[in-house]
Amino acid sequence: MSQTIFAPWDDPNEKPLIQFKGVTKRFGDFTAIDNLNIDIFEREFFALLGPSGCGKTTLMRMLAGFENPTSGSILLAGQDIVPVPPNKRAVNMMFQSYALFPHLSVWDNIAFGLRRGNASKDEIADRVEEMLRLTRLSKFAKRKPHQISGGQRQRVALARSLAKAPKLLLLDEPLGALDAKLRQDTQFELMDIQEKTGTTFVIVTHDQEEAMTVASRVAVMDEGRLIQVATPSVIYEAPETVYVADFIGDVNIIEGTASQSGDKVEITWAEGEMPIRGTTAKTFAPGQTCHFAIRPEKVTITTERPDSANMLQGRVIDIAYLGNLSTYHVKLPNGTMMKAQTANTRRLANRGITWEDDVWLSFTDTAGVLLER
Amino acid sequence: MNLRRFFLIAVPYLWLGALFLVPFVIVLKIALSDIALSIPPYTPQLDLSAGWEGVRSFFADLDFENFTFLTTDDLYWKAYLSSLQIALISTFVTLLVGYPMAYGMARAASEWRPTLLMLVILPFWTSFLIRIYAWMGILSNEGLLNQFLLWTGLISEPLTILNTNLAVYIGIVYAYLPFMILPIYAALEKMDDSLLEAAEDLGCSRVTAFWLVTIPLSKSGIIAGCFLVFIPAIGEFVIPSLLGGSGTLMIGKVLWEEFFSNRDWPVASAVAIILLLILIIPIILFQRNEQKQREAEG
Ligand SMILES: Nc1ncnc2c1ncn2[C@@H]1O[C@H](COP(=O)(O)OP(=O)(O)OP(=O)(O)O)[C@@H](O)[C@H]1O
Ligand SMILES: [Mg+2]
Repeated sequence: MSQTIFAPWDDPNEKPLIQFKGVTKRFGDFTAIDNLNIDIFEREFFALLGPSGCGKTTLMRMLAGFENPTSGSILLAGQDIVPVPPNKRAVNMMFQSYALFPHLSVWDNIAFGLRRGNASKDEIADRVEEMLRLTRLSKFAKRKPHQISGGQRQRVALARSLAKAPKLLLLDEPLGALDAKLRQDTQFELMDIQEKTGTTFVIVTHDQEEAMTVASRVAVMDEGRLIQVATPSVIYEAPETVYVADFIGDVNIIEGTASQSGDKVEITWAEGEMPIRGTTAKTFAPGQTCHFAIRPEKVTITTERPDSANMLQGRVIDIAYLGNLSTYHVKLPNGTMMKAQTANTRRLANRGITWEDDVWLSFTDTAGVLLER
Repeated sequence: MNLRRFFLIAVPYLWLGALFLVPFVIVLKIALSDIALSIPPYTPQLDLSAGWEGVRSFFADLDFENFTFLTTDDLYWKAYLSSLQIALISTFVTLLVGYPMAYGMARAASEWRPTLLMLVILPFWTSFLIRIYAWMGILSNEGLLNQFLLWTGLISEPLTILNTNLAVYIGIVYAYLPFMILPIYAALEKMDDSLLEAAEDLGCSRVTAFWLVTIPLSKSGIIAGCFLVFIPAIGEFVIPSLLGGSGTLMIGKVLWEEFFSNRDWPVASAVAIILLLILIIPIILFQRNEQKQREAEG
């Protein structure tokens, strides 16, 4: 039983669907996108993640054709699309502001793009009905956009951009206004559509969990630059910088000086604390400043002294109960706060650790990653 | 507490009653009277000193004679029709001229918009009458327009524009242009630019996006502008009498002549009542449009 793993970015023979080559976009003297290079492959579900104002929407708008890069080129299937107007691109975009036509009903909004092609009336009707079913809007087909809720509007915008089954679909925060349950359903729906239609998706999201769930690769952006592009698991398990580690998920960062022997590194980080032992494939010069990043769920919390490569003693300051998980905020003697997460496999009353308890934190020497910056 | 509510509701009704209903009743009464050589020039007058008998004879003397008279002379219905035609055509031309101007204003950089808006309103700072007189100076045979055209060599004989219907059209379009521009501008300015982008994204060219998105979204402004031009234009008196010729037939002019040349107040009032009835239809339609618009936004 062998399953081919979908990883065209690792295959040098694979031609990317979209290529950004040295793309820079300036608004006046403000640089929104700074010399950006990306390859996005066919059938990818590419997620853009980054803080507000880092240029995600600008990037999408360049793909859709509403902004032209100040310099650099954008290729779609090997062809420069910068001179191609938006209505001639096989690209559809779902707008962050939805941009629904207020004078048209939900039905007509969804049919709008289909009517521009040369599909017959029946084909259009079938397609619209299908989209309405998919987004569970059948009941609202006759309403105008101002007569439906925010989440329903978002689904209309989604349905409208999906209707034409474009080669490339750009989704700018498509699911932000949906409740958790509907969002999850829609995420799976999107993945399903993607699988069925082979459409390439570029999706902007503020929700890292969403990026993790749906994306084949995640790009983390900051101030118009790409910080790291990798699969969700690599981004999570092996971030390249502190910025990425910090942006995706919860993390403990410890700064110290490295002394390396082989792939083992000892990090001296505080007076009177044992050095932290880690493993890395990188090389650190002796005495080089480095950051040790470890996820809270990889830190074990116990009341007894454990036997592990790394052990730290501290006191529980706070416990965040998340239902399935609990996060313990532990203060070390030198004031550093560490987070440890455990699965709540037992009932609340049977758990041994509570506020103000002295505890041990421990982790193996391969649990964390070492970062240069 | 009920008294307070009563007063609150009463104020607008009193206002309407004093400024609309009372004058209307007076005009209606005159329309039902007969012409007389007296001051005021109509009869009967209500004589309350004669008591109940006086009131009864007063009502007995009112009749629809003047309205019947309007149907016997074809001058009147021709004047109504001609006014209707002139008002319709000039409304349409005003729309054709005003829409691109409003569109240009709405698309202009936002720091320019207040200035442009000011320029549209600027003519109101001079008297309407003076502006129409100015057009006489422009359009007459020796006027600026003809001098300019003769100078460029486009024409060798001066064009006769003043005292024709063309001059009336020019006058109406000029005078009512701001009433067309402002509501359309208000509608276009509210429009979200991303709607046009969405239309283009879904395969529209710029031109189709304009037809399918911009025009429908400015529809309420277009309708409001058209009514704001059409309603006053149909009863317009100053422009046809100053710019129009003897052949220009408009009901406003007829009305004026009945009042001041013939001193036939009853017939003049009957003409006014009919004009009002004709205008009530577009006014009701206009109100409907406004209400629908409010509902769509609310
Ligand atoms: N038309 C414009 N003129 C000037 N600056 C602009 C313009 N459009 C975007 N910017 C600037 O470019 C930067 C990137 O904007 P963009 O909309 O791409 O951010 P974003 O990553 O989508 O943010 P968010 O997550 O809040 O949607 C912002 O600082 C923004 O102010
Ligand atoms: Mg954005």
